[in-house]
Amino acid sequence: MSDDIATPSTAAVDLVTEPALDSPRKILRTRRKRALAAFWRQYKSNRMGLVGLGVVIAWVLIAIFAPLLANKDQLSESYAADQNQPQMMEPSWLLSDADKAELASQQSGISEPNRTDFEAITTWQYPMGTDDTGRSVWSLVIFGARISLLIGLMATFMTIVIGATVGIAAGYFGGSTDAILSRIIETFLILPWIMLAVVLASIMGRSLFSIMFIIAITGWASTSQLVRAQSLSVKARPYVERARALGASDWHIITRHLLPNLFPIIFANTILIVAVSVAAEALLAFIGLGDPNSVSWGSILDGAQSSGATLLGAWWYVLTPGVCLTTLILGFSMCGFAIEEIVNPRLRKR
Amino acid sequence: MGSRRYLLRKVAQAFLSLFIVVILNFVLMQLAPGDPIQRFVRNDKLTQADQERLREEFGLDKSVPGQFVAYMQNTAQGNFGLSFISGQPVRDVILAHLWPTVLLVGLATLLSTILGVGIGIITAWRRGSKTDMTLSGMSMAFYSMPDFWLGMMLLIVFASWLRWFPVGGYMSPDSDLTGFQHILDVARHLFLPCLTLTLGYLAEYALIMRSSLMDVMGEDFITVSRAKGLKDKQVRNRHAVPNALLPTVTIVILYFGYVLAGAIGVEYVFSYPGLGSLTAQAINTQDFPLQQGLLLMFAIIIIIAVFFTNILYSYLDPRVREA
Repeated sequence: MSDDIATPSTAAVDLVTEPALDSPRKILRTRRKRALAAFWRQYKSNRMGLVGLGVVIAWVLIAIFAPLLANKDQLSESYAADQNQPQMMEPSWLLSDADKAELASQQSGISEPNRTDFEAITTWQYPMGTDDTGRSVWSLVIFGARISLLIGLMATFMTIVIGATVGIAAGYFGGSTDAILSRIIETFLILPWIMLAVVLASIMGRSLFSIMFIIAITGWASTSQLVRAQSLSVKARPYVERARALGASDWHIITRHLLPNLFPIIFANTILIVAVSVAAEALLAFIGLGDPNSVSWGSILDGAQSSGATLLGAWWYVLTPGVCLTTLILGFSMCGFAIEEIVNPRLRKR
Repeated sequence: MGSRRYLLRKVAQAFLSLFIVVILNFVLMQLAPGDPIQRFVRNDKLTQADQERLREEFGLDKSVPGQFVAYMQNTAQGNFGLSFISGQPVRDVILAHLWPTVLLVGLATLLSTILGVGIGIITAWRRGSKTDMTLSGMSMAFYSMPDFWLGMMLLIVFASWLRWFPVGGYMSPDSDLTGFQHILDVARHLFLPCLTLTLGYLAEYALIMRSSLMDVMGEDFITVSRAKGLKDKQVRNRHAVPNALLPTVTIVILYFGYVLAGAIGVEYVFSYPGLGSLTAQAINTQDFPLQQGLLLMFAIIIIIAVFFTNILYSYLDPRVREA
């Protein structure tokens, strides 16, 4: 069904069924709408895809409404210190009354056990415990969702732009352009991306933008390879030849014939790249290449590692951001695989 | 005849890739902020004499083309400069950390490939069954977990709580174990990091093998072999699996760079003294020469590995040579 998006055969059918005086733009719009509806019909029947979509939407909502779900002050280490918050404390709902009393007395500096009601920790005050500086892990992961999602999406956008441009240039123009670009693509495919990322981070410094850029510059090659192969096959189709015979420019052919046909495959790839980018950001932040001024799930895990949370058995500090990462990556992967099944007919009839 | 041309083309490609990496590395060196001489001078572990020698060796006082010539000469001789760590040559520092990583990554790649292919065969052959659903679901979950996080969780459970395994390192410190005892000690330290990487990549390979085998199962020759009256097992082992294996092998090779990336996070978690820990150290100490040396060294290793597997592959599947 994906072929509906822009193949001329359906255009011919539409021209017959639509009123004859419609502008080409309107015809195109109707056709796109129909293709989209057909796509959604197929997507709806894929259970894996629906679950993935649900997870992704849930995370996007959490990221948008983060201030309603958690306290932003908790992101600051100095705030936690000012409030004298307990460090490396297990989730508050696991604490017994005696534990709470002890913590309350520590916090207030009063050691009399009968002053338990004074500043006592409530059951849901620290739902996922605290980190080594006393910040609430719950608040960290809720606000961390914003950074992880933002970097994942922006890095993907940059990856796709670079990957599609290089892939189209190689596939469409062919000849020596293709020969040179293909060698570069091949080299980047096998290059140890993490090492390149390390060197680039040294050069560019550590900011949100540099992380996005690094993920894109190390990850575009697989998209290019895919786009190049598809461009080659589209270029060989008769209607492209026809357009060229009618005197269409390269620009016209690329934007009007090539891109609409590449779109489905690029789209499926994009969703999978988001999953890869989120994972890449987490790894980079974890080994110390993240932006020091913002909290992402990877940087929370970096904090857990360097404060020895694993050796102390502080499971809440490690488990929470990891579960967030896994569910988000899983959600995007499931969507991507589902779309791939629809877009790539070879995978469909299974 | 065809195979000879194929071989030549692959050799040319490998050299071209190498050339691109070397150029890229030089460009990165030029892009680095600050004066290159200053970068070396900032390192207090190097003596004045060392600095002078470096300046001489790398032509740092010359123009960009002059530096390029010096850089190419040094790279060809395997001279990547001096590391900030105790002022040793980068090459020696890297070689000293090579073995633990080769052991870890090699073993994990081997195990995850074998197990992954096995799971892929089971799930593809019984697709839609309960076994398929369970195994494929688990593969998806492991595929989505960051390796280093999986390592941290395993560390908490098996080293911190249960104390079945040591919390990190290559072997017990200050131990003078020899022979079998020594091997056992190394294996105990290797177990958790290796398990982490194996689980992480097994899932990847299982999913690839599954879809590759399902592709093959739709081919005509499978129908023919069934029509011939071959048993299900024969169809699977003689006809379907060998053909599905080839694309999987290609992916395993291409994934080598990703396994290395995963290994870096995992080594850091388990303070396993390989190239991963060295990379983390190079990041923390901003040891630029070491970072570049690691990039170059890894790229060379991978290019050579890819070259040899390509050759091997062309013998396994003659169709490749004709393409």
